[in-house]
Amino acid sequence: MKNELKILGVVVIFTAILYWGVEPFAHTQMHKHVDGEHFAYSDLNESTKKGNVENGKTLVMGAGACTGCHGIQAVAHKAPMDAATAVSAYGVNPPDLSTAGGLYSEKFLANLIENPAHALKVEHKFDAAKGKMHPMPAFYGAGGDKAQEIADMVAFLKSIAPKEISPKNAYLDACGRCHANRYGKLDQLGETPTFKSETDTLKHKVAVLEYQDKLKAYMGKLPPDLSIIIRARSEHFLETFVENPQSQLEGTSMPRVGLSAEGFEKVKAYLTQTGDPSKTAREAIGPWVLLFTLVFTVLAYLWKKSMWKDH
Amino acid sequence: MAHFEKASSITEWLDQRLAITTVKKVMALEYWIPKNINFLWAMGMVLAFTFALLTISGIFLLMYYQPNVDTAFDSVNYTIMSEVGFGWLWRHIHGVAASVVFLIIYIHMFTGIYYGSYKKGREMIWLSGMLLFVVFSAEAFSGYMLPWGQMSYWAGMVITNLFEGFSPDIAGGIMNAPGLVEWIRGDYVPGQAFLSRFFMLHVLLLPLVIIGLIGLHFAALRIPHVNNQDGEEFDYHEAAKLYKEGKTKESKVIPFQPVFLSKDVFVLGVYLIFFFYLVFYHFNFAMDPVNFDPADGLKTPAHIYPEWYFLWSYEILRPFPKDPGLIAFGFAQVAFFLLPFLDKSDTVAPANRRGLFKYWFWIMIVDMIVLTVMGKLPPQGIWNHIGLVAAVVFIALFVSLPWVTKNENRA
Ligand code: HEC
Ligand code: HEC
Ligand code: HEM
Repeated sequence: MKNELKILGVVVIFTAILYWGVEPFAHTQMHKHVDGEHFAYSDLNESTKKGNVENGKTLVMGAGACTGCHGIQAVAHKAPMDAATAVSAYGVNPPDLSTAGGLYSEKFLANLIENPAHALKVEHKFDAAKGKMHPMPAFYGAGGDKAQEIADMVAFLKSIAPKEISPKNAYLDACGRCHANRYGKLDQLGETPTFKSETDTLKHKVAVLEYQDKLKAYMGKLPPDLSIIIRARSEHFLETFVENPQSQLEGTSMPRVGLSAEGFEKVKAYLTQTGDPSKTAREAIGPWVLLFTLVFTVLAYLWKKSMWKDH
Repeated sequence: MAHFEKASSITEWLDQRLAITTVKKVMALEYWIPKNINFLWAMGMVLAFTFALLTISGIFLLMYYQPNVDTAFDSVNYTIMSEVGFGWLWRHIHGVAASVVFLIIYIHMFTGIYYGSYKKGREMIWLSGMLLFVVFSAEAFSGYMLPWGQMSYWAGMVITNLFEGFSPDIAGGIMNAPGLVEWIRGDYVPGQAFLSRFFMLHVLLLPLVIIGLIGLHFAALRIPHVNNQDGEEFDYHEAAKLYKEGKTKESKVIPFQPVFLSKDVFVLGVYLIFFFYLVFYHFNFAMDPVNFDPADGLKTPAHIYPEWYFLWSYEILRPFPKDPGLIAFGFAQVAFFLLPFLDKSDTVAPANRRGLFKYWFWIMIVDMIVLTVMGKLPPQGIWNHIGLVAAVVFIALFVSLPWVTKNENRA
């Protein structure tokens, strides 16, 4: 028995060293290490102003011109253009703003309104000085204190955001205009409908392809389908990448989306639903299977002991 | 034709026709196993069991898998993982077993080397075992192609490229094989023809060969019997007689069933705890994240590496220039086959009691681990140098083995 444990010890030690070498250690050597900041966006300016919701509403729906491009279903404002027209005009369909106040960091939103290219970290693509304007214009103020006006708009967006945003809606609003998710039956136009006739199915497919072509022209490449990205990248990568795409892929055209920590949890929950749907089942069944093998082993041990008694 | 009496029970009926009592006696009740062995001798059974797990889980996966470049990825990652009841469980079992089986194979192999179980009559056990290793490797590689992810595609590309042979300017080009790579792939790059043939190999031809080889491996064990912890040679007839007379304590043997089996089953239990822990909680090492990106012939992944169990031989290829690398790689593939013939000692004993061989064995183990780790790291700077040294050490170990073992005979 003592001998056997000693041998087991040797086997375990060599296996552990091997495992450490090809897994944790190799990964530290293969991937750039990026420290996250837990969605603090410390490079952006903090505003101390307290926003006024009523004034914010007037600005968003009026002088701020947000509704000239964005729909806001929460206040029954339909998007001024359909996705096909919008993608032709802007390269990508501006998202509905109903959930923006709930998904994005407050600080990020204020900076986004003030200077989109800067907040989105795409100044390498959109340099106003060279005449390359970001499709979403910077807000130049409506005549009053600009910082106050921005704070008002942010306060308004926060006031209309639903208390509970479903993971799917979080995904649709934050990532859906660029990334399809075929396992979740989503394309860049939203939920992929099922049609009775093949003609309609194909028509929809063509509409999606046309959208993707324009998106490709705007982004330089088609953003990948995120159906199973949760298993293709580590959690740490996803978190730091969404927080700041430039930190992991320098020069990439994917904007910094500006999610808050909770907003990211929502998006991650959706990516888990589509990419790792067995997670809950795994966690539920795992302990029982392990218990079974444990009982099996104890019984086998007793059997072995009785068999070897006289040997 | 033989004369048949009317049987009075099913057992008797079967016995008349199939001699099941005799079969049971020969194969189990009076199949004698030395008593002086440790749990490492259960690894063979653990392997057989893991192969059974692979076969069963594989059959379930086969019911939904689609060997088509357009649908393969989603048939695995969507249909099996989220639509089929418990499809994820079968897939995780299959994936984890495919990786863990190699850990057990290596333990089993190194056990054989440590105790000198490859020589003095046991050469066929060893050679059939090595054939199993090679065919298992091919089985694992072909299986890795099937999900048609980025690693399937690119590892398939890199490994089949090896068949290009030596550079055309070596020896007038006779060692260069123009067209061989394309012949193997059925195309210029991995595509539908490639996927279909690897599918065939993975689910039909190679499993058949494995089953045949397991039969051969077991048959090869019959005459020499398995070795024991001291490499002791003794008279099995004598020992079996003692046992049957009831002197079980004095006898050096135990019957396969039930005594040896009871220990096998216990070791199997411990193994299963470990195995299912991996299946439920720790599977990424066996299911590489990179392979969850669909195959894309236009986008080379940042790092291309084979599964962990191929890394040591990959690292014997990689640090050298192309042609010497291929020779070294070829050597690595046959080195373990040659072991019984390179070992010039007549002693069958644990390595620790065998003079210089003791050092040879432990250096070999450490070198294999170093090669494996270096095989995964990016080939840069210091890693490249360590890899080169480890590769040279590997070759030197096998070349020097006859001299290392020659002097043992004098003692
Ligand atoms: C001229 C059209 C236009 C106007 C006006 C406009 N936007 Fe946008 N907005 C866009 C476009 C286009 C995008 C998508 C940009 C991208 O993803 O590259 C966008 C994106 C956004 C986003 C998502 C950013 C992210 O992090 O993903 C928010 C939030 C937003 N706009 C809020 C506003 C607010 C608030 C206003 C009013 C102050 C406004 N927009 C005015 C066109 C516009
Ligand atoms: C305005 C368009 C846009 C939006 C919105 C967007 N992405 Fe992206 N994303 C891209 C593009 C373009 C790429 C390809 C980047 C590259 O390869 O340079 C990309 C790539 C990615 C990748 C793959 C990175 C890699 O390792 O190859 C991930 C993961 C990702 N996005 C996640 C998200 C998530 C999560 C969201 C929503 C929170 C999101 N993206 C929102 C455009 C977008
Ligand atoms: C992969 C499938 C394999 C299976 C199912 C298998 C099975 C077995 C079994 C059941 C035994 C007897 C019990 C034991 O000693 O563990 C055995 C013994 C042995 N096997 Fe394997 N084996 C496999 C692969 C290999 C490989 C790859 C090698 C190495 C080249 C190998 C070499 C040996 C040797 C040398 C013995 C004799 C051990 C002794 O005499 O003590 N086997 N194998």
